[in-house]
Amino acid sequence: MPIDYLPIFAFLVIAILFAVVTIALSSIIGTKKPIPQKMMPYECGVDPIGSARRRFSVKFYIIAMLFIIFDIEAVFLYPWAVIFKDMGTFGFIEMGVFIVILFVGLIYAWKKGALEWE
Amino acid sequence: MDLVIPKIDVVSLGPELILSIAAIFVLLVSVFLPKGRKDPAAYLSLLGIFFAFVSSIFLWGNPRYSFNNMILVDNFALFFNSIFLIAAGLSILMSVNYLEEQEMSHGEFYALILFATVGMMFMAAGSNLITIFLGLETMSISIYVLAGFFRRSNKSNESALKYLLLGAFSSAFLLYGIAMMYGATGTTDLKGISEYLSKAAYLKDPMLLAGMGLLLVGFGFKIASVPFHMWTPDVYEGAPTSITAFMSVGVKAAAFAAFVRVFLYSLWNLQPDWNHVLWILAVLTMTLGNVVAISQNNIKRMLAYSSIAHAGYIMIGMVASSELGTSGILFYMLAYAFMNLGAFGVIILYGRKGEENLDINDYSGMGFKYPGLALLMTVFMFSLAGIPPTAGFVGKFYIFSAAIKSGYIWLAIIGVMNSLVSVYYYLRITVMMYMKEPVKEFAGLKWSPSMAIALIIAVIGTLLIGIFPSPYLDLARQSVQLFM
Repeated sequence: MPIDYLPIFAFLVIAILFAVVTIALSSIIGTKKPIPQKMMPYECGVDPIGSARRRFSVKFYIIAMLFIIFDIEAVFLYPWAVIFKDMGTFGFIEMGVFIVILFVGLIYAWKKGALEWE
Repeated sequence: MDLVIPKIDVVSLGPELILSIAAIFVLLVSVFLPKGRKDPAAYLSLLGIFFAFVSSIFLWGNPRYSFNNMILVDNFALFFNSIFLIAAGLSILMSVNYLEEQEMSHGEFYALILFATVGMMFMAAGSNLITIFLGLETMSISIYVLAGFFRRSNKSNESALKYLLLGAFSSAFLLYGIAMMYGATGTTDLKGISEYLSKAAYLKDPMLLAGMGLLLVGFGFKIASVPFHMWTPDVYEGAPTSITAFMSVGVKAAAFAAFVRVFLYSLWNLQPDWNHVLWILAVLTMTLGNVVAISQNNIKRMLAYSSIAHAGYIMIGMVASSELGTSGILFYMLAYAFMNLGAFGVIILYGRKGEENLDINDYSGMGFKYPGLALLMTVFMFSLAGIPPTAGFVGKFYIFSAAIKSGYIWLAIIGVMNSLVSVYYYLRITVMMYMKEPVKEFAGLKWSPSMAIALIIAVIGTLLIGIFPSPYLDLARQSVQLFM
């Protein structure tokens, strides 16, 4: 029934309003005294080095892709660990298959030199 | 907490498991092989395909649900399995020398073909919209990579990028359609949806109809039906030729398998609604494909438009919505697999690195220089045009007669008129080969055993199905018996 979605709708409206109102309020009633230090890009509190539009090595993408794969693996491992006892041998074997497939991926990436930085 | 572990019936996934293991094995072997050794990846893949085929045969005639009704291994799925395996096997056979010549011989190529085939099998066997979506993504992601496999060629990169962007878009449509279906019926199970619809009083529920429309868009993209066909010519032209062949047969067959299962089984009670839409789409698809193919000078682009037109013919079988129409679709897909793979095989053999010979004018005089190859090409072109005694004729015959039996006389007439149009551009190549003087020098063909085997299988398939169609039609009929 559409009426059941009313709380979700209310939530949506409040979320949008909150974002709009806070940004609008701070720009309306906030004081504006720009000084060069305030206008600098924020780089963890250190003075920025060089331009932000630097090109960076394509190797980062490979690392990022590998990271995502093993990150997802970790995401799956947590719920599995929680219900490990209920699942018994079945769960153990299933997860083993999953990890072995990912491990093959790791071996492949390793042999292909994806982990070498030179 | 109560945890119910579903019944796991590993046997029913035999073909998929064999292919997955073969693919992982191929990937590892090609990495661990010492430098300079000849890569056995292609032959290992063929071995995997052979065993998957055998295990498909063993599963025949014993339909069963498994994995909590996520998978339905019935004859329909197995018939499509064999089409996918034929497409994958022939594409691999055609690729061996082609890749070596292009200096792109890597084991990953074959592993990706196998993974794509696994995805296709899940699409054909999926009895849940989620399984179908998973299969579709497994297939598509592998194909995106394969389309851009010639990474030094701009065209190949363009093809992969276009396919990836538009494909991701169409997946989103499909997924949104699935979400809407779930919202309207409360389940993603195909059987559940069909049961809900048979009892429902609200068949005009807008969410249901919107979901159906979005599913139509998602599948329409993968089968390359008008107006979702825009990607086809560019992607088919730029991709490696053996992958174009694999895409035009395998992806289309897989998308049709899921399309037919969802629409003719699950959404059967909405048949009056989608039938008009499909009628119009079929006519548009056939007509646009055939008319635009006439003006193409690149043979891969021409075959891309021809594959759009063939999707239109196959959609006639869906509009007919009868057992004859559905078995006609299966039969047509099988026939199309042989003839289209064969035609692409000839194109591969007639090309060379740096001298692809893709312009239709390059084919002039081929009949005098290479009579054998020209004869093969003629058979495939006759079959694609639907001239007896080839497989294409019988396929068209069954599809059109199914349309007439279901009362869609006009649709059949438009279909026949369209195949008359298509005769022009298919026979144009034959005319070029036999009635024109050669315009250029070409440094001989490089026949290889694997390519010869692939072309022989394709031509035997095309002629055998054309001359003795009844055993294959019986198989197609058995595949759809329990279905409707």
